[in-house]
Amino acid sequence: MTTVVFYLAAVVALATALAVVVQANPFVSALALIGNLVALAAMYLLLEADFVAAAQIIVYAGAVMVMFLFVIAYIGPRSQVGTRRGRPWQLWAAVVAVGAILAEIALADGGAGFGEAADVTAAEGEPGFGSPQAVGEAFLTEYVLSFEVVSLLLLVAAVAGVVLGGGQRPQRTRRSDDAEATNAVSSRRGASAAMVEAEIAATRAGGAPRPGVGVDR
Amino acid sequence: MSPDVVPYLIVSGLLFVIGLAGVLLRRSPLTVLLSLEIMLNSANLALVAFSRHVGGHDGQVFALVVMGVAAAEVVVGLGLIVAMARRDLVLDTDQLRSLHG
Repeated sequence: MTTVVFYLAAVVALATALAVVVQANPFVSALALIGNLVALAAMYLLLEADFVAAAQIIVYAGAVMVMFLFVIAYIGPRSQVGTRRGRPWQLWAAVVAVGAILAEIALADGGAGFGEAADVTAAEGEPGFGSPQAVGEAFLTEYVLSFEVVSLLLLVAAVAGVVLGGGQRPQRTRRSDDAEATNAVSSRRGASAAMVEAEIAATRAGGAPRPGVGVDR
Repeated sequence: MSPDVVPYLIVSGLLFVIGLAGVLLRRSPLTVLLSLEIMLNSANLALVAFSRHVGGHDGQVFALVVMGVAAAEVVVGLGLIVAMARRDLVLDTDQLRSLHG
């Protein structure tokens, strides 16, 4: 039974991960990533990490991914960018790097001698392994420093998010914005430049009141 | 009967490589961030699997810390992307070559 669940979860996790990377539309990618996270949570349950699985669903598949989807919806169709790299050697270098790491992982997994894992089942009878009590106790005794550091980090990240994404519209004249946009368009050369120009024009038209706000300041 | 830990490590390694390919090959900063999440989660899977193998909670604590760090990283990354979008910059990692305050 657990074997069937494992292989199901593994297939779903790998398929959704591939979908995240292959999909052109980031919205579909984000939805596929939610499936990936749920499949991983199922694997955590198989590994008797109940609390980690619950946190995965609530924090990751819930809060973090909702934030992702909000940002993708906010940005709109401009977020669709393909895979083609500027220089072909970069693509090949990336493929070679990925292949090298895959080979390294295969060697490490195959040669590490985990094959005779007879003692894996030894801890299985232990009641309460991975329960919130056990993990919370480890967190608040042995790892209390990292617990506090993570809460501080989250506070700093929240402040950084407000500073970066929220607040006032950047204090720039429209002229410099326009210059920047046309620079970006001209440096993009080729057939896609016209499309980018149209996209920028569309976002301008969509956000009609924004230039007024910039001028008022 | 739990399956032996090696299949989990294989899945974790494959997920890591898929995420790495996404980070290196995609140009949209949003997809790069999503692929980065796959890489972090593959590391978490390996940590939880090793935690099960050893029979202690250390790996699970580590995985939860990684989740917290990942949430912080997503907040900053998405904040940067929103800031770029508000300045009408092209959302393309090939075009974004310089930082300017």
